[in-house]
Amino acid sequence: MRYEVPASVAAAVDLLATPDARVLAGGTDLLVQLRAGRIKPATLVDIKKIPELKQIHLEPDLIRIGAAVSGAELGEHATISKEWPGVVEAFELIGSTQVQGRASLGGNLCNASPAADSVPALIAAAAVCLIAGPGGQRSVPVEEIITGPGRTSLQAGEFVLEIQLPRQLPNSGDAYLRLIPRTEMDIAVVGAGVNLTLDDNGVCTAARVALGAVAPRPLLVAEAAAALCGTRLDDTALEQAAAAARNACQPIDDKRGTVDYRINVAGVLVKRAARIALQRAQQRTPRGH
Amino acid sequence: MAKYHVSTTINGEPVEFLCEPQQTLLDVLRDDLQLTGSKEGCSSGDCGACSVMLDGRLVCSCLVLGVEAAERSVETIEGMAQGEQLHPLQRKFLEHAALQCGICTPGFLIAAKALLEKNPDPTETEVRYWLAGNLCRCTGYDKIVRAVLDAAAEIRA
Repeated sequence: MRYEVPASVAAAVDLLATPDARVLAGGTDLLVQLRAGRIKPATLVDIKKIPELKQIHLEPDLIRIGAAVSGAELGEHATISKEWPGVVEAFELIGSTQVQGRASLGGNLCNASPAADSVPALIAAAAVCLIAGPGGQRSVPVEEIITGPGRTSLQAGEFVLEIQLPRQLPNSGDAYLRLIPRTEMDIAVVGAGVNLTLDDNGVCTAARVALGAVAPRPLLVAEAAAALCGTRLDDTALEQAAAAARNACQPIDDKRGTVDYRINVAGVLVKRAARIALQRAQQRTPRGH
Repeated sequence: MAKYHVSTTINGEPVEFLCEPQQTLLDVLRDDLQLTGSKEGCSSGDCGACSVMLDGRLVCSCLVLGVEAAERSVETIEGMAQGEQLHPLQRKFLEHAALQCGICTPGFLIAAKALLEKNPDPTETEVRYWLAGNLCRCTGYDKIVRAVLDAAAEIRA
């Protein structure tokens, strides 16, 4: 195995176009798979020395987060924590303090676990990936990256450069909740992300709802979001969103939960996350917060 | 297999070593540099026994490649005491008998030091969450948490 540390995106693309090359960012999934012999890459391409991969840029309409930014760095960023508390909380649920020091947003996405905690929150936030590859750069919504357990829609030689979040609108809020049988250090039985915007009368005008760990890939559930839009998130609307969420689930039975349990919990978490997102939206003053 | 030449800083001292690309920083510390204070527990980032600081960040050295340490700063348990002078956390671990078999202790000390540098006055809950990635198979958590809180109080005083 070779280890390469490209200093530019172009150099990384060239290296990743070679056979059996793998991206190394935080390494918290990759090194475990390497040690277990589940992957045998010919080349590890460490992307952390490419400056833009470790930077966060705030633009008027966009927050651009380098794909190799760690969870600890994300959590310390005041603006992102204020605008997207659900995304930050979701990422901070991953692993321990030690894992947070290394694990990256791009890595959590491209490891392509159906239970990846940050992914439903990113999908709910309408995050977009900027991808570099031999054919140049392209932008893809986060919900189109994971195609199944351990599989992504990235083509040979492509890698995620940055995750782009919109600037959060006034009167908007997001939240992510997961169920695990203990308080820390576990993999989601179910995860639910909700992001919504209210008008001046407190009526929901836009919503996105995403689920994790209930299908081969994280799901964007448009029907659940539609059930919230046009309402004040009264109990009837929340129950309709929950029903839509349950309806979207195609979970497996495993040691973490049965099919029935996961479906039931998905509805409960969507309701609870929607209530938190609502509270946050109500507390967020218009522009200049 | 070709070896990589790595120049790094460990506990403030410049260090050079040769390693293979798949060797973890933990492998290098223990097997090549004879810094055996960092322990190997799970080798998958779950137990925290191999905790070190890498450029000021708490990480599991089993989840870092040795080659990644190039031109970076590593702090291990061997750098915690100043000569014969124990760090307050080390003294408080002894006073509170916050160790049984001792395998998890270096990782707990490194992680606790990182916490107190970031948050000198943590609550018990904050200590417990921060240390959730450090496992004690003897299950002596309560004394560990008390020792950390007591050390924090002493450092603040």
